[in-house]
Amino acid sequence: MLARPSTRRNFLRSGVQVVAGMGAFVSALKPLADFDVDTLGGVEGFLQKHYKEMSADDMKASLARIESDVKRRFDVDVVARDIKPVDGVEFVYALNLSRCVGCRKCVHACVQENNQSRSPEIQYIRVLEMPKGTLDIEKGNHHYDRPTVPDEDHFYMPIQCHQCDDPPCTKVCPVEATWTEPDGITVVDYDWCIGCRYCEAACPYWARRFNFAEPTIPKEELIAKKDAAEAKGEQLEVNYLSNRPRPVGVVEKCTFCLHRTREGKMPACLEVCPVGARKFGNILDSTSEVAQILKTKRVFVLKEELGTNPRFFYYFDERYPQDSSQKSFEGMPGMPEITRTHGASKGEPK
Amino acid sequence: MREYTRFLQRCFRLSFVGTKLYKFWMLFLSVVALIGLNAWAKQAVGGLATTGMTDQVSWGLYIANFTFLVGMAAAAVMLVIPVYVYKNKDLHDLVIFGELLAVAAVTMCLMFIMADMGRPDRGLHLFMRFNWPISVLTWDVIVLNGYLALNLHICGYLIWCAYNERKPGKAFYIPFVFLAIFWAFSIHTVTAFLYSGLGGRPFWNSAVLAPRFLASAFAAGPAFLVLTLLVINRFTKYDVPRAALQTLRGIITVALTINMFLLGCEVFTEFYTDSTHAASAHYLFEGLGGKHALVPWIWTAIALNTFALVVLYSPFKRRVVFYAPACGAMIVGIWIEKGMGLIVPGFIPTPLGEVFEYVPTLNETLVCFGIWAAGLLLFTILVRVTIPVLSGELTKNKLYSTDSFS
Ligand code: SF4
Ligand code: SF4
Repeated sequence: MLARPSTRRNFLRSGVQVVAGMGAFVSALKPLADFDVDTLGGVEGFLQKHYKEMSADDMKASLARIESDVKRRFDVDVVARDIKPVDGVEFVYALNLSRCVGCRKCVHACVQENNQSRSPEIQYIRVLEMPKGTLDIEKGNHHYDRPTVPDEDHFYMPIQCHQCDDPPCTKVCPVEATWTEPDGITVVDYDWCIGCRYCEAACPYWARRFNFAEPTIPKEELIAKKDAAEAKGEQLEVNYLSNRPRPVGVVEKCTFCLHRTREGKMPACLEVCPVGARKFGNILDSTSEVAQILKTKRVFVLKEELGTNPRFFYYFDERYPQDSSQKSFEGMPGMPEITRTHGASKGEPK
Repeated sequence: MREYTRFLQRCFRLSFVGTKLYKFWMLFLSVVALIGLNAWAKQAVGGLATTGMTDQVSWGLYIANFTFLVGMAAAAVMLVIPVYVYKNKDLHDLVIFGELLAVAAVTMCLMFIMADMGRPDRGLHLFMRFNWPISVLTWDVIVLNGYLALNLHICGYLIWCAYNERKPGKAFYIPFVFLAIFWAFSIHTVTAFLYSGLGGRPFWNSAVLAPRFLASAFAAGPAFLVLTLLVINRFTKYDVPRAALQTLRGIITVALTINMFLLGCEVFTEFYTDSTHAASAHYLFEGLGGKHALVPWIWTAIALNTFALVVLYSPFKRRVVFYAPACGAMIVGIWIEKGMGLIVPGFIPTPLGEVFEYVPTLNETLVCFGIWAAGLLLFTILVRVTIPVLSGELTKNKLYSTDSFS
């Protein structure tokens, strides 16, 4: 039967079968007609080198591509930059749990600053509402929703990327799309990530986010930002390793606002905090506020047993505040030295 | 070379020849595969948002199926070891089916990985900046593709020799067979290390994970082969020796027993210690924070595996009517145990303690069915072509081969 010379009818029949098969195949692929090839970054984007292998010219071309990509997607003119780390700087964050009131202002300031996708929604900071008497984050409430904060019986614990000194996330990446910069910030090359999400599984602090769909940001918002920048005589900037609008299908994370902090500004989450719970600076500079805090406060890190060595520290005030309104930012000058001997870990949210 | 293209051509033609039932089966698989392809095309357009995966549960059905299939692929050696190490003659002719299963299973694995990647278009980056040896995933890429190549070589060589009516030269395949044995252990061990190496996921961070993976694979893989052999026996002229099925049964029984024992060890450690690290296990077996989507799954898996184990230890094991369903139950049970019982609960609760459930979408389920159908299609064709070649009905000199599926 196999090699029998085929009759005309046989031939026709197999011809029809082949055509039907091809037709079914093509119609199965029909949804691809809606595919927006631009989301893939074009031929140059496809051929672009890894961040660390790009020459100055390569980077220039890549930044130009980012600018035109933002223009295409959001109809806004931006200036794309690639701000490098500064020598002799290693960033550290310290968060005062006695002060944090759980208002989530940092969460939203971060989204604004870093141009995260609004739908699907991406936020880098999670604030947990913790019952007093525990530091076990499994007991925290992620979705607390109160007309006013803080609540008497709780304290609040914001969590974001801890910029680990020994990060599990960079270890697992099969293509080195994520690494730690000399100033201690773990970054992602959004143009190199293949979207396997292994780093997301590896991070013990749930700090990584994936772009499950093409990120969306309201145009008006970007335009408003641009207007605000121009009012100050500046341009709207985006940065290669941090806040440029991301492509679909890649991982992103908190970068300690490196486009701000590498130029001497504070992270957006710190600036917006109404109670001054957030402290940030260069740990290599012994006069910096964070260096002082690490020296004088009883700081701790989350999940210390995992050996990730975070650059994100938590602490409680060891002094009783004099007046409970606590408007001041600058520590509490003139406070009596009362060291708590008991219940320090229960926190003082007010 | 010309002979080779002719060989491929004939194989291709042969895959369209068969009984009504065979054609129906092939048509059915093709339709499902095309539906899956259609679903995948939708995913390519809409991104992974078309799946039920989230930042909380960032791996789902795709990686679960991938893990299960790595096990199936590894289990091919369970036929090879008795033949080449213990010189068991019964299984000798059947080795090739194990290897064909390995080829099909690894192919499915690669398809599942492709489906899971956010940017499959950037696959080339693997060749340009390969984070080896630090990333376990790079090891997995190497061992899986290496395993595929090894098995393709062994099967291809044996079939090609039979087609040319030559006796296979030992030097050309025996060393590769032994290499494949070690390699098979490596693929499943490395895949287990993908998970067990993550300190931030206490549910996976257990040394017993790799042995558990191997034990369950060495039960499910041979069980699948038993079903295949029963089908071959029933529908083709090829005679599968009874003794072969018995040897396989021995392997399956031991492997399944060890698997259940290891599962028990894990359950004891988690629940007796009862630290907060056991949160995932609590979620899996009894629900957590009012959420319990996986509870019915894991208990179904345990019931299926227990059923299989009881049959295998009872006198009924000799009757195909019991033996075959036991194999089927075990395959499903182990599939659940790996997917819904291991990959998904590893993400619940999240490292920050949030209990967020994963519900696969229809689209992602269709992609999974499509990949399975494509894999089974490949496996059927491979088996379909191999049988007449091995039994000497289709060789370069026998042009008018009779149809061995009738
Ligand atoms: S917190 Fe997570 S994402 Fe950030 S550096 Fe550590 S492991 Fe990486
Ligand atoms: S998702 Fe991207 S950054 Fe994360 S491990 Fe995979 S390739 Fe690397």
